[in-house]
Amino acid sequence: MWQLLSYSYYQINYFRAALNRAAYLIILHVITNMLKIKNLHAIVEDKEILKGVDLEVKPGEVHAIMGPNGSGKSTLASVLAGNPKYEVTRGSIIFNGKDLLDMEPEDRAREGIFLSFQYPVEIPGVSMVNFMRAAVNEQRKYRNEQPITASDFLKLMRDKRELLGMDSQLVNRSVNEGFSGGEKKKNEIFQMAMINPLLSILDETDSGLDIDALRVVADGVNKLQTKENATILITHYQRLLEYIKPDFVHVLYAGKIVKSGGPDLALELEKRGYDWLITPYPKTHL
Amino acid sequence: MIEQQYIDLFEQYRSELDRYSSEAMNSYRDAAFETFKNIGFPTSQNEDYKHSNIARAFDADLGLNLRNIPIPVNPYDAFKCDVPNLSTNLYFLINDRYYDKNQHPEFLPEGVFVGSLQVFSVNYPKQFEKYYAKIADYSDNGVVAYNTMFAQDGFVVYVPKNVSVDKPLQLINILRGGVDLNVNRRILIIAEENAHVKLLVCDHTVDDVNFVVTQVTEIFADVSAQVDMYELEENSVKVTRLNNLFSEQKEKSNVVTSGITLHNGYTRNNYRYRILGEHAEAHAGGLAICDKSQHIDNFAFLDHSVPNCTSNELFKTVLQDKSTGVFCGKILVERDAQKTQAYQTNRNLCASEDARMYSKPQLEIYADDVKCSHGLTTGHLDDEALFYMRARGIDKEEARLLLMVAFTRDVVDLIRIETLQERLVNLIDKRFRGELMRCGNCNVCK
Repeated sequence: MWQLLSYSYYQINYFRAALNRAAYLIILHVITNMLKIKNLHAIVEDKEILKGVDLEVKPGEVHAIMGPNGSGKSTLASVLAGNPKYEVTRGSIIFNGKDLLDMEPEDRAREGIFLSFQYPVEIPGVSMVNFMRAAVNEQRKYRNEQPITASDFLKLMRDKRELLGMDSQLVNRSVNEGFSGGEKKKNEIFQMAMINPLLSILDETDSGLDIDALRVVADGVNKLQTKENATILITHYQRLLEYIKPDFVHVLYAGKIVKSGGPDLALELEKRGYDWLITPYPKTHL
Repeated sequence: MIEQQYIDLFEQYRSELDRYSSEAMNSYRDAAFETFKNIGFPTSQNEDYKHSNIARAFDADLGLNLRNIPIPVNPYDAFKCDVPNLSTNLYFLINDRYYDKNQHPEFLPEGVFVGSLQVFSVNYPKQFEKYYAKIADYSDNGVVAYNTMFAQDGFVVYVPKNVSVDKPLQLINILRGGVDLNVNRRILIIAEENAHVKLLVCDHTVDDVNFVVTQVTEIFADVSAQVDMYELEENSVKVTRLNNLFSEQKEKSNVVTSGITLHNGYTRNNYRYRILGEHAEAHAGGLAICDKSQHIDNFAFLDHSVPNCTSNELFKTVLQDKSTGVFCGKILVERDAQKTQAYQTNRNLCASEDARMYSKPQLEIYADDVKCSHGLTTGHLDDEALFYMRARGIDKEEARLLLMVAFTRDVVDLIRIETLQERLVNLIDKRFRGELMRCGNCNVCK
């Protein structure tokens, strides 16, 4: 059923492009799409990694982006978050009607984009508490709200910590310093819970997690999922998708999305690998 | 020759110099004078002063207050330390003179002397003779020779055997003057066997004139003694501070020193540590935060001459704008000093394009069973950490600030007074925000 829906959705999309986008459809788009990536090209150190990515995400949806190593998955995540290491050479990203490429990373975050890092950075000397308080208050300031009170903040920290089953000691330490791989990933989802973003991009959040940690992290993500927010899961493996059910699965290869489908596509990938997709494919596959 | 005017001054005003000091202190001047005439002030020709031309600071028309003309200041009005919970016994030096109207909020343990060096030399002649100018070797140091020639007073902490001074002592050095001034200050800390004492020394400038300050500190830690000495410089940009700290330790003693340069003009800190007894520990911290065209030069020499001792040095510098930083750290492990553990770390952050850092770590090891290491890094702020913080919505400037404050954290952690740690974190944060022209109610820094 899902597969059917998503196919028809993409057919509409294709048809729409062919019609050269009638004005009423564009308006419809702004209202219904949270994220719209069009023909995105990006380079890092003069090497083109993304070669024309198109993707649309609506509120309430969970998208999985899969693909072999080096296909550009993490680059896509970094470009969305605004990592200055990557340069966008062509294309556009519209987020809730605003041009994302015009914004600094911090403004993207304040607009509601959250990146769970594949390799969370250790920041010795900055305590988790201060880091989170600064992050939460910057978001509130952006929305013209008063800074959070000390007691509300502590309560928020405690609630979200419990949601992820995190040790209270961890939040008293420096950001990610001396955390195990699993603790770092949990800490990313903890931050996501604290900030409560509109669009979460989870970059390889499952890598380095044992099965118990994976379940906890996935539970956390599922609990945070609402009709208003959306999630992009970037992953190598089908494993994560057993815990977080995607509405759409996309295959990114050589800087382009070469195949999109429903959750079944992930199962098919698990069985058949990527080879059948990445051998020179006829245009009709798009 | 820059030195000539000081040689003439010394000869011409010798009687005045002596009259306003004590006989015991006066007896050290001649020998220092002979040395000074020979070696003069160090210049950048001298390898150890390659990046700091000290002599140049004296090439100016500086006054010396040899006759101890009273300078009108009530430090209790000028200095209101509003550090929450930092309870100390407070003392003042106005320029190089002990402020004798000090109020003593609490009595010190019996036998402890805290106060004027001049008074100490009269009332405790035996101890004075035993310790004064004994490790502050000036044979190769013109600034120390100069200080020994001209010092007329200073500050003493004397803690006899088995006595602990629980409440930290705090000395505020206040620089005041209507004309450009040369100030020569002396500090002597004596901790006898199993004595414990903690001292915080804060430097403040009141007046907007040029000051050239020489300061010589001697620390003696006898068997099992514990001495903490923290220095916090918050001087104006018109101050040249030439600081020389000498520390000597016996068996099982434990000395912690930390020099924090929060605000300065031109600063040279010489640290010399000698460990003479086994199972002793020395911890030396240093932190400097500079911007504009400020200059900081930390020079540390640590000498292990006996076995089974530990030393740990941690020096950090944050440079912004066009400031320059210098670090030279030398550890000498002598042939007999087996089982020595000596660690030295120097980390520097150049937060602007024009900031310059010169660093030279040196290890000289003649023993064959030791653990020694040194690490040196000079770099910019971590781009990945910056992006990570920005990706959470934290402003770029705020993220830079948090990272710079974080960078200083481990030096602050060396300090063994918890309330002082909190205060410092607060002050460092303000310093980076450019708000450190005055701390709270304090009127001292203008």
